[in-house]
Amino acid sequence: MNNQKAIQVSGLTKYYGETLAVDHISFEVEKGEIFGFLGPNGAGKTTTIRTITGLSKPTSGEVSVLGLEVSSKILEIKKHIGVVPEISNLYDELSAFDNLLFMAQLFGVPRSQRRKRVEALLKMFGLFERKNSLFRTLSRGMKRSLTIASALVHEPQILFLDEPTAGLDVLAAHSLRNLIHNLREQGITIFLTTHYLEEADFLCDRVAILLRGKILKVGTPDSLKAVAEEESIIEFSFKKGDYQFVKDLSQRLPELKVVPVEETKIRIYGGIPSFVFQSVLEFSKEKGLEVLSVNSIKPTLEDAFIKITGLSPTVMRVEKEKRTNASG
Amino acid sequence: MRRDNLRAIFYIVLKDMRTYYLKPPAISWGIAFPVVWILAFYLRNPKSFEELLPGLVAMTILFSTTAAEAVVINFELRLGSLERLLLAPVSLPAVLLGKILGGALFGLLMTTVVTTGSAIILGAHPQVLYLILIVLPSLFTFAALGALLCVSVKEVFEAQTLLNLPRFVMIFLCGVVYPVSAMPKALQYIAYLMPLTYTVEGLRYSFTGGSIYSVLIDALVLVGFSLIFIYPAFGLLRRKFE
Repeated sequence: MNNQKAIQVSGLTKYYGETLAVDHISFEVEKGEIFGFLGPNGAGKTTTIRTITGLSKPTSGEVSVLGLEVSSKILEIKKHIGVVPEISNLYDELSAFDNLLFMAQLFGVPRSQRRKRVEALLKMFGLFERKNSLFRTLSRGMKRSLTIASALVHEPQILFLDEPTAGLDVLAAHSLRNLIHNLREQGITIFLTTHYLEEADFLCDRVAILLRGKILKVGTPDSLKAVAEEESIIEFSFKKGDYQFVKDLSQRLPELKVVPVEETKIRIYGGIPSFVFQSVLEFSKEKGLEVLSVNSIKPTLEDAFIKITGLSPTVMRVEKEKRTNASG
Repeated sequence: MRRDNLRAIFYIVLKDMRTYYLKPPAISWGIAFPVVWILAFYLRNPKSFEELLPGLVAMTILFSTTAAEAVVINFELRLGSLERLLLAPVSLPAVLLGKILGGALFGLLMTTVVTTGSAIILGAHPQVLYLILIVLPSLFTFAALGALLCVSVKEVFEAQTLLNLPRFVMIFLCGVVYPVSAMPKALQYIAYLMPLTYTVEGLRYSFTGGSIYSVLIDALVLVGFSLIFIYPAFGLLRRKFE
């Protein structure tokens, strides 16, 4: 098992009825790396995790984990993987300690080690003081941390994290990202899905960008950013703005990509900088809009994402947060 | 692998007892409903109550096991925590068996309380061996029936509503309050297609005496019913995770 890749996926396809969720995707994850799946809702990220972890059967294609075929050795594979679903679904009626203890019992952690491991995980995730609190009384960030801890109780070699920081406040998300980073230092391979581009940039060794069930690009965050570096990015801030303005500007500059970043901020991808600068200034003068600042931007993973998918990350984030809030 | 499954079944049952047995739907449908029925029949006519006892114990088994299934299965289906169990190195049939045993154990607690209480109050002396022979397969059969219906819906209230159809049909046709032998022939045929008839019959032998072979036949028929319920339940649950 030692020389095998952590995960190998070849030609994976998944239909739900008539709907194609994952379309012939292939990729490999090396042992010890953090591999990220980036994409909007419906891109196929969760379906891919479910298929790799044996919760869903693929329509076609091959998946192996630690050199073992998922189709025939899933029960053996489950002993070596931990899965954190998008929803923190531990038991409301059990305490933090009892939730982890139950997972340790379920995964067959030897009786002599169970309590020790549970306590170590509670300390590691800063939850030891709340060990007797019922799961339902914990904050959202604590629930998320405990859900991740519960996936580590059997010391897995690979950890799957589906949107680990979705719906968390900035501080909780930051501390969780540091914890995930530390897990990699302990030699755990991490496969995560996220819609936070800065999270993928901060955590991942390699990232796959997914759209409509297909992988568009796989690479290190730096190699993906290099894709965006091939063209200029200029950011304009206005005193006030609206989407009609973006639409009109897109029509005025059809060969360029105009993307709203915030309500009063836009980025323009491509073109000769002096031409872009002049055109936008003229346009804003016509419309009576006051330009507050103009910046030439060093490409981020977000810019690479925009270039590769043609989507606006803001739209993706708003859509996702709506879903997270709705689910609790 | 078998060891992994057995361990998982054991801990799933323990966890379900702690987390779900005191949930309101389990108390209202699994405890309050049979107790109220029993009291109603007792208060109406205490003298003929002993005659009704086998039927009322059977009804207790039916309601307590199925109500518990709705709670242990549908709370987890709704919250997505059933998936959590399936992420462990445990087979899907083992997870469902754990759930069925959780419901059966809840039924066993209720049945023990009702039977012991009634026996003390009425001074009844049921044959304990016969009781065990008929109650255990009955608990498993109705828990399996509950599991079959509960895995096909998501919410607890949907499950309880769906369960009420077979529950009430069986209460009226299977000899709980009205002897099957006194019903029209056509209804008798229908009654013998339902598992509760065999539970009531077996319990009657336990309370009033009868041959052990008759009890064994009833028990075997119930085992057959449990298999009829359990295989499609596995299939339905598997389909949820395809």
